[in-house]
Amino acid sequence: MILPPETLGPEAAYQAALDQGRFFIQQCADCRRAVFYPRTICPHCSGRILKWIEPSGRGTVYSVTTVRRKPEHGGDYNVSLIDLSEGVRMMSSVRGISPHEVQIGMSVRAEIVTNNGSGLVVFKPADQTS
Amino acid sequence: MSDIRLRGSTAIAGVGLAGCGEAPGFSEIEILALAARAAVEDAGLSFSDIDGLCTANLSAAMWPLNVVEYLGIRPSFIEGTNIGGSAFVAHLQPAMLALTAGICNAVLVCYGSTQRTAAFGRKERTAARNLLDPAPFDAPYEPFNPPSGYALIAARHMHEFGTTRRHLAEVAVAARRWAQLNPDAFARSPLTIEDVLGARMVSDPFTVHDCCLVTDGAGAFVMMRSDAAKDRPQQPVYVLGHGTAAWHRTASGMNDLTVTPARDSGQRAYAMAGLQPADIDLLQLYDAFTINPILFLEDLGFCAKGEGGPFVEGGTIGPGGRLPVNTNGGGLSCVQPNMYGVFAMIEAVLQLRGICGARQVSGATTALVNGNGGNAASSQSTAILGTSAAL
Ligand SMILES: [Zn+2]
Repeated sequence: MILPPETLGPEAAYQAALDQGRFFIQQCADCRRAVFYPRTICPHCSGRILKWIEPSGRGTVYSVTTVRRKPEHGGDYNVSLIDLSEGVRMMSSVRGISPHEVQIGMSVRAEIVTNNGSGLVVFKPADQTS
Repeated sequence: MSDIRLRGSTAIAGVGLAGCGEAPGFSEIEILALAARAAVEDAGLSFSDIDGLCTANLSAAMWPLNVVEYLGIRPSFIEGTNIGGSAFVAHLQPAMLALTAGICNAVLVCYGSTQRTAAFGRKERTAARNLLDPAPFDAPYEPFNPPSGYALIAARHMHEFGTTRRHLAEVAVAARRWAQLNPDAFARSPLTIEDVLGARMVSDPFTVHDCCLVTDGAGAFVMMRSDAAKDRPQQPVYVLGHGTAAWHRTASGMNDLTVTPARDSGQRAYAMAGLQPADIDLLQLYDAFTINPILFLEDLGFCAKGEGGPFVEGGTIGPGGRLPVNTNGGGLSCVQPNMYGVFAMIEAVLQLRGICGARQVSGATTALVNGNGGNAASSQSTAILGTSAAL
């Protein structure tokens, strides 16, 4: 398994892994809780050892908004907060369906896409992923 | 923790406004200075009496220095903490400590912005801030902040409690009805619930009428120890209670989107004041978006969690309603130059002086001000103010 590089800080290491198509979050060695976004200390117990784990990719939409944008600038798009099954929350975007169809409580699955040359985690409805 | 020894120990002796609405051709420091001068004069003081300064600004990292130089003051107490639009409510706490410790005698709290008319406008400032102070794990998804942060909060509140867009619209309509009683308010044209619901969507569930105004404006107030404030020309407005709380920065970092740090800041303020919600005559609740007053009515104990929507139905918080909220028209209809806290403070003071004309809440002796800051109700600061009758 390719782990995020240890020579980098957690933010850069996270992105470096994503750029290679791998999505990692952290888990605290002391309190065992999952941590996102990546940090140098645990926000729950201030533990110093945070290990990289590969999440299942399963998540649930916790909240949702459609940002309105003129069609000539790309049209409306979804911004969601996703609760991963590991117990952390992240901002993301649910793709693959109309932004107006994204609902709170919807089961989604992570997918890595390339955005301006960088890896980015987005989500698709769970029943849609191959 | 609230130190009840601070209760009533300080007071607001003067207030001033300048450039509210549109101030074309003026810079932010220029209208700030005019508001500061008006506040100092209102307190019957001169700038040589001002030995404390609280100020903050969204673009200048060392803004107190700009203000010190422009006003020609040499304060011994300087406070420049910026936790968003709540800052000028949050500044009360360090000002109270500095005044009661004898570090200074007269603190000027001031703010100004010309975001509406400035050539280097809102869009450029937002881009510059994103560059200097990135939110790297949110930014790639392009939330349209601040609306999107609060829209996520509103959507979750609607999902959990059945709050409706109509409830949100009630807040906008109440604000507009107050603004119609305030000749100095920026937006005074009639506004109905249907107008709000049918307006252009910005970030669901918010239409443009669920979002605060974008205006210019400057505001300032002067704080003194209560014994000294009694000798000033205006009737002092006493600080009875105060508390500040911050829990997160972004919506993704907010544990429960339906509960804000106002729950903590409010408890601290009530504990210091020895008062409870039923003792409060009027509220100034920072209304960056229509969901905000609903959240704060809940978190400050005016109704149970989840009941804020039904609570505001039928004009409860508007003119003639059971609980006057945002009597100047608020950030939704009166004035909103990016950071609104100072204007909420000033309106509470004017109401407690009893000089608000058509919008005056008669016989008001207590007021609660709740300042909101950040992109997701991130910081909250609550002040409970009162007349001498409430001391
Ligand atoms: Zn831990």
